[in-house]
Amino acid sequence: MKFGKKFALAFGLVLAMAGAAMAAGTVKIGVYLPITGGNAVGGGLELAGVQLANKQIPTVLGKKVQIIVVDNKSDKVEAANAVKRLIEKEKVNAIVGTYGSSLAMAGGEVAEKAGVPMVGTSCTNPLVTQGKKYVFRVCFIDPFQGAGAAAFATQKLHAKKAACLIEVTEDYSVGLSSFFERAFKKDGGKIVAKLNYQKGDQDFTAQLTQIIAKKPDVLYIPANFAEGAIIMRQARELGAKFKILGGDAMDNPEMVKIGGKSVEGFSFTTFAYAPEMPNMNPTQKAFTANWKKANGKKLPNALAACGYDAYSIIIDAIKRANSDSPKKIAAALAATKNFPGVTGITTINKTHDAEKSIGIMQIKNGKRIFLTVVNPK
Amino acid sequence: MSKKTKLLLNLICLGILCLFLWWAQNNLDGYKVQVLNLIAVNAILAVSLNLIYGFTGMFSLGHAGFMAIGAYVSALLILPASQKEVMYILEPIIWPFSVMHAPFFVSVLAGGAVAAVLGLFIALPVLRLGGDYLGIATLGFAEIIRVIFTNITPITNGALGLKGIPAYANLGWNYFWCILTFYVIVKLLSSNFGNTLRAIRDDEVAAKAMGINTFRAKAISFAIGAFFAGVGGALQGSLITTIDPKMFNFQLTYNILMFVVVGGLGSITGSVVGAVVITILLEWLRLVEDTITIGSFQIPGVPGMRMVIFSVILLFIILKRREGIIGGYEFSWDSVTRLFNRKGDK
Amino acid sequence: MSLDMFIQHVFNALTLGSLYGLIAIGYTMVYGILRLINFAHGDIFMVSAYFVFFAIALLHLPWIAAVILAIIGTAAFGVIIDRIAYKPLRDAPRISALISAIGVSFFIENICIVLFTGVPKPMPRYEPLVTVMQFGNIRILPLAIFVPVCSFILVAALIWVLYKTKPGLAMRAISKDIETTRLMGVKVDNIIGLTFGIGSALAAAAGIMWALRYPQIHPFMGLFPGFKAFIAAVFGGIGSVPGAMIGGLLLGFMEIMIIAFFPGLSGYRDAFAFILLILILFVKPTGLMGEDMEDKI
Repeated sequence: MKFGKKFALAFGLVLAMAGAAMAAGTVKIGVYLPITGGNAVGGGLELAGVQLANKQIPTVLGKKVQIIVVDNKSDKVEAANAVKRLIEKEKVNAIVGTYGSSLAMAGGEVAEKAGVPMVGTSCTNPLVTQGKKYVFRVCFIDPFQGAGAAAFATQKLHAKKAACLIEVTEDYSVGLSSFFERAFKKDGGKIVAKLNYQKGDQDFTAQLTQIIAKKPDVLYIPANFAEGAIIMRQARELGAKFKILGGDAMDNPEMVKIGGKSVEGFSFTTFAYAPEMPNMNPTQKAFTANWKKANGKKLPNALAACGYDAYSIIIDAIKRANSDSPKKIAAALAATKNFPGVTGITTINKTHDAEKSIGIMQIKNGKRIFLTVVNPK
Repeated sequence: MSKKTKLLLNLICLGILCLFLWWAQNNLDGYKVQVLNLIAVNAILAVSLNLIYGFTGMFSLGHAGFMAIGAYVSALLILPASQKEVMYILEPIIWPFSVMHAPFFVSVLAGGAVAAVLGLFIALPVLRLGGDYLGIATLGFAEIIRVIFTNITPITNGALGLKGIPAYANLGWNYFWCILTFYVIVKLLSSNFGNTLRAIRDDEVAAKAMGINTFRAKAISFAIGAFFAGVGGALQGSLITTIDPKMFNFQLTYNILMFVVVGGLGSITGSVVGAVVITILLEWLRLVEDTITIGSFQIPGVPGMRMVIFSVILLFIILKRREGIIGGYEFSWDSVTRLFNRKGDK
Repeated sequence: MSLDMFIQHVFNALTLGSLYGLIAIGYTMVYGILRLINFAHGDIFMVSAYFVFFAIALLHLPWIAAVILAIIGTAAFGVIIDRIAYKPLRDAPRISALISAIGVSFFIENICIVLFTGVPKPMPRYEPLVTVMQFGNIRILPLAIFVPVCSFILVAALIWVLYKTKPGLAMRAISKDIETTRLMGVKVDNIIGLTFGIGSALAAAAGIMWALRYPQIHPFMGLFPGFKAFIAAVFGGIGSVPGAMIGGLLLGFMEIMIIAFFPGLSGYRDAFAFILLILILFVKPTGLMGEDMEDKI
């Protein structure tokens, strides 16, 4: 063989061996998020958080950690397919995902059947982890979020009468409002109006006119940031004076852009992290600094923090289990206690949910300010 | 070719299919098995739409609605009562839906049956309409069904949908229903009723003039198509294990329309080919959207390109080759012998 | 319900209805001459909003210039769609053109997702039109008066074109009998192109005003308004321009008033339009002002 060919062969062999060595020594973490479709905004933010975490913590137990990203297109069938692919084709050790509870439910079924641990980022519907051994999440669940909102409404906003405007086609909206309702009634409040709209609706004037006539102290809108901004705009245009309260889906800077002056005074519950929050703990300070270094002017937000936490908690579980076998990771995840996450100290409870604080933010003078934190009982 | 030989050939093919499925179940990874399952369900859906549109000439865009009915009825029948209680966190499920239960075969049958009844009910007002209007009217009905399902929370759990549906729909069941669908529809189309439908498709006025009760024939065809759409929906529900009203949108009907158009209207073979090709293509096209990693290089995927390519393919077919891939030909054993005889002549 | 609330609802309905009417005209014109439901019409409406958005965001044009650019651009877009996707199918069965329309619609929506992502973008606001005016207890936007007035002017202009100009005469002739019109020496393809252009321009006007009223632009924003506008066109009598406007107004009123009087039904809002459609098709398929289209037997 000529020298050139010998060299090529040797080079090829070396590459192959290196490749094999790399493959044997990598921990694969699958990531399925909505990068396109209706939930693309949230998915994109969480992905950025996961990628930052991967950069900060690239190895565990001496092996390299590789993240494999699949787009679930904000669609349930795609979500199930995505998780199947990650498990069957890519043979991941654990999965991060996803934004959007209905997507997490679809993907969770697949992960559960295959015995691969899945850590949800910001999916707050209780049904996601219900009855599952392999599905976890780093965020609080909606019953807690709804109760937190109700507590804020009765204690801080001194509201006795509330109205709800619900996106009837969106399980998040429907679920969260019913939890708010229950908690609000338990705190002695009265729900004076409960109206619906559908996905894609842009005209809420009919419903809002009704709500205004019932004179509530507060209007609860568990909506998406874009619709929520329009609802607030139309409400103010109709002369509504009551306070408006929302959920974590409103946590997006675009909301202020779309809503303009009408979102002034709006408060919402969200995960306990915001770049503007005072009294950051060291984990949060480090996250904010690292984010700014990696992403420049773009501000971090709670969803990115959730993505970051989901990844980090898996790495932590691998360390504690001293193994990258999916079963052992799952066992370690279930035993997580007081993990220092960016979104708060995280303990995974019996139902595989995180008992964490809720952050309450408000829009003042066009800026988002971090008001307070509501702690779990 | 004698009837006996044809029967023998059909049974042999069936046997080969069973062997293949058994092999696939045990040897292929879950992802590929899922694709095979999807192919079976899509074939049922494609054939059911082809019956209504390709063979009877009724441009129906309401398939997603029938699928929704089939899926929900079947799911409510196979979900265990304990799961139902736990899942309905908004408003508790009402009787008798809380206690109804049936074995899988019955539930799929029921799903199809309810869809068929609704199909008949819809047929009454809309079948008088011509081509385009029928399309929009059936689309309207599908949307109405979707909106109703979203709102009747005590029955359907509204926007939350149903999850944890027992995954009974495996290769065996799906292909069983697939073969059953083919058998029924092929038998139907090769009978006199089939000729009636084709006559109506080609020239309704002439058919009427021949004394055919076109309304009755169209209604029956519509109901049968709706039945199998319901069956397809029921199977898909059990396959994905979670359903909600949002997934039964116009996009779903559009996908099935693509199977039929790409494969070729008025040909069962075409629908099957269309279903197989598009299902595989949809999976394969994920390549375009995913980041391709070669060593440490990453070629970024373009999210959303899959559906763009999809629509381009549909446009291409409709503009350049309207008859679809198969072009209206129908596979039959006779045509195979003819092929061999012709070769023999040379 | 108090009188104030009722008047508020009336203004909302007027705005919504006029917008539906403007979009419906595009459907009815194309259907009148080609017997084709242009499924892509709703997406043309959507594209115009993006035109304005990018004209202002990227090119930094002043409002008037951006609007004019958007209308011209959208009109051209509509003509191009006809040339590419519908013209080759002029002699094909009607259903083929319909499927092509569906394909075009999906293509436009998905290419917009690829180009602009599915994330909703805020429409730049034109302050004079969107600062609230207050009369006693009634608060309306200047837009609520601008939109109906503008729509009526546009429709009046269109009717003038249809009945007082040569191309308008040609359009009406084509809708009656395309073959004979061709034999009369009329350049049918050009007139069809013109029809698409006018219809798209009207949809563009509607799209811009819609985005001003409901300031969220996203690739699927045209889907439901498109369906509802088509239903309005059928309601008013497909093929009739005044009918489309009347149908649009009636549909807008119906949508708003049903929810105003029965707020518990607000979750069923989208279904009303479709129920109305089924009822019309059942009772009087030619619509309020439509002409009976005889099947030549």
